[in-house]
Amino acid sequence: MQTLAYPCCEKCNHTASTPCRDYIKCRVEGPLCHDDPDCKQKRQDFLAKMYDPEGLTKQILICTGTGCVSSGSQRLIELVREELVKRNLDETVRVRSTGCHGFCEQGPIVIIEPDKTFYTKVKPSDITEIIETDIVGGNKVDRLLYRDPVSGESAVTYETVNFYAKQNRIILNNCGQINPERISQYMAKKGYQALEKVLQTMKPEEVIEEVKKAGLRGRGGAGFPTWLKWNLCRKAQGDKKYVICNADEGDPGAFMDRSVLEGDPHAVIEGMLIGAYAIGADEGYVYCRAEYPLAIERLKIAISQAEKNGLLGKNILNSGFNFHLKIKAGAGAFVCGEETALIASIEGKRGMPKVRPPYPAEKGLWGKPTNINNVETWANVPHILRNGADWYCQFGTPKSKGTKIFALTGKVNNTGLVEVPMGISLREIIFDIGGGIKGNHTFKAVQIGGPSGGCIPEELLDLPVDFDSLSEVGAMIGSGGLVILDDTTCMVDIARFFLTFTQKESCGKCTPCREGTKRMLEILTRITKGEGKPEDLENLETLAGVIKKTSLCGLGQTSPNPVLATLRYFREEYEIHIREKRCPAHACTALLQYHIDNEKCKRCGVCAKNCPVGCIFGDKNNPYEIDSQNCIQCHTCIDKCKFKAITVS
Amino acid sequence: MCQSCGKGHKDLHVDLKQIKLKEKIDAYRGEAGSLIPVLQEAQDIYGYLPEETMKMVAKEMKIPVAEVFGVATFYSQFRFTPTGRNVIRVCMGTACHVRGGLKVLKALERELDIKAGETTGDGKFTLETVACIGACGLAPVISINNKVFGNLTSEMVPGILEKFE
Ligand SMILES: Cc1cc2nc3c(=O)[nH]c(=O)nc-3n(C[C@H](O)[C@H](O)[C@H](O)COP(=O)(O)O)c2cc1C
Ligand code: FES
Repeated sequence: MQTLAYPCCEKCNHTASTPCRDYIKCRVEGPLCHDDPDCKQKRQDFLAKMYDPEGLTKQILICTGTGCVSSGSQRLIELVREELVKRNLDETVRVRSTGCHGFCEQGPIVIIEPDKTFYTKVKPSDITEIIETDIVGGNKVDRLLYRDPVSGESAVTYETVNFYAKQNRIILNNCGQINPERISQYMAKKGYQALEKVLQTMKPEEVIEEVKKAGLRGRGGAGFPTWLKWNLCRKAQGDKKYVICNADEGDPGAFMDRSVLEGDPHAVIEGMLIGAYAIGADEGYVYCRAEYPLAIERLKIAISQAEKNGLLGKNILNSGFNFHLKIKAGAGAFVCGEETALIASIEGKRGMPKVRPPYPAEKGLWGKPTNINNVETWANVPHILRNGADWYCQFGTPKSKGTKIFALTGKVNNTGLVEVPMGISLREIIFDIGGGIKGNHTFKAVQIGGPSGGCIPEELLDLPVDFDSLSEVGAMIGSGGLVILDDTTCMVDIARFFLTFTQKESCGKCTPCREGTKRMLEILTRITKGEGKPEDLENLETLAGVIKKTSLCGLGQTSPNPVLATLRYFREEYEIHIREKRCPAHACTALLQYHIDNEKCKRCGVCAKNCPVGCIFGDKNNPYEIDSQNCIQCHTCIDKCKFKAITVS
Repeated sequence: MCQSCGKGHKDLHVDLKQIKLKEKIDAYRGEAGSLIPVLQEAQDIYGYLPEETMKMVAKEMKIPVAEVFGVATFYSQFRFTPTGRNVIRVCMGTACHVRGGLKVLKALERELDIKAGETTGDGKFTLETVACIGACGLAPVISINNKVFGNLTSEMVPGILEKFE
């Protein structure tokens, strides 16, 4: 047996194109087509060699997601392999490269199974010790274990790391466990069994009904009921239909779609297969942004493996169902995440949105009925069909079911990807999972939903995170980016940051978005420079109202949200900028002046030596001074001064 | 003299690139919506989109030149001037912004003595900004020739640049 798809003996004569009833299950849990203990042993041995369900041999799991690769994990794999060969352990200890574990800041992450030992920030020089102490000696390398930033205690297994203990990883479960470049590892984790069940036992309507019962809502931002979209597209006139996976992930600060594609690409493919069967589509596209080369690469490998195993192409599992899947690489335009713009881009045109209706479900790609879902939405589908809607409904709230992946970033101790049930509070995410605020700073706000979302202040942190509660307070889940802001972040600057972004990404088709965001940005820039006028805030609100009401697509309609939300909860900060011409967070550089306190200054000269523009003058006999004309407010002098003699005002 | 490799065979070298691009165009022929992938291939081959190349693409694909220009200029991925040997992309995403991405950009601009969007005089580096690299957990982040560098401070900039030829 060379791969899982190979027959175990002569009695097993079915292939992917002439499958037995439980073809996929038969490969992994079987054989189910005939009863033979020897064959069963053969299959189990094969599985154990590839992926060890009983945990009999030691395995070294090394993350090869983008985060850990940038911290040097590829080199670690080479070193571990060399070291194992040197000690004649390469037959007994397995090394596996996996997708993202979500805890990127602690990378490169190395896990030892079956003990679940969790080593963080592993350097090439640590490898010998890990092999010697842990793999050979059976002890832990204490200094590489994760230490909790709050309690200071070290956690031996990943299950005891607070960051993971409070999560509910369903969609992310395979990421970091399987090798995403091996279809058999996905199958060993019950992969493609949902597809098999759907194709062999369910009618398309029943699939849609199950998704409806599960209450799945779109993870791409709007939270639209998935079954409703599928049903509209299924009922639309036409014999040619398309399904599309939206992997444009434009929100700067969100990377869950990237991690799912890099860590578990087959889950997305399986979800699309099931959706296409339910809708009656035979062709699909994954539209992935070009900034994600590794995700595109892994997806390519996954598609070709699925094709080879008869899971993509014609007459899949002998059900008569055909489905072909292609990848389209985006070319760098945020607006292409919007579904009608995305379709235009696949058609090879400029990615400009269209007026809806007609909705893509009626008239989409090449004018044919088309269904678009987000990466995470698709990845939810196999779980629902495999385990049933009832199982799925145990997670989440009455109106928002299941889990949601959030990208927790910014000024928080544990940055990374967290998957939690809908309805959990922001406080739990930020303080329990995220480990609180970095350094000696205090929490100020959390930005949620990217350029379409808002900022939520401390007093609302106990709000449950679901699709409906957040929109009541002027924010939205959006794609699931959570950027934590502390007392050194200026809220006017954040609003300006997002408007700079939307203004740059506005496609220019409609006037309110093209011109309106420009005017708003001008006002905000003025305020951050200390040139704001008293009437500015009212003007911002008026402009925001018009842009929201009259823009053509979601980009324009939601672009004022970051400004409105910060005005709602942090109005005073705007007023201080305007009235007193100062920035309380010391972030707006145009309003900052650096001073050296001559009482505290010991004339050591460190500041002058480190100043990148050489604007600090003085020596042993003459007091040090900063030439504020040339100062670029880079903060280096403050960081370097041991005597805290430099202040900003 | 050939502009790409410095040897005296300008015509041949350019032709080779053109032949390669034509092969790519042929591979996409008959496939609807292939203008963007073709332009991506062209940029891979030339490093940017020379005007002549866009005209050639228009002619080969029977698409009006204006449409090719329109599509190419719409997407931020496409460049119309040659890049340096190494392309630095500085993330300007939210996570990087709040953790000091701007300081890293300023340090790079200072160190290389160019502004974002420009190439150094010796053709060694091109400095660009991007919306998000997707390594937000390691903010602030830059990528050089698609290799990601995370958790940066302005002081680390010179050391990183030193590694590139
Ligand atoms: C400006 C703009 C950008 C968007 N960007 C994305 C994106 O990057 N990824 C995504 O999945 N959806 C994005 N959307 C939402 C899509 O239009 C669409 O609603 C979504 O892909 C539907 O999938 P879902 O029902 O699974 O959420 C964007 C919408 C707008 C208006
Ligand atoms: S915000 Fe910089 S990598 Fe995402």
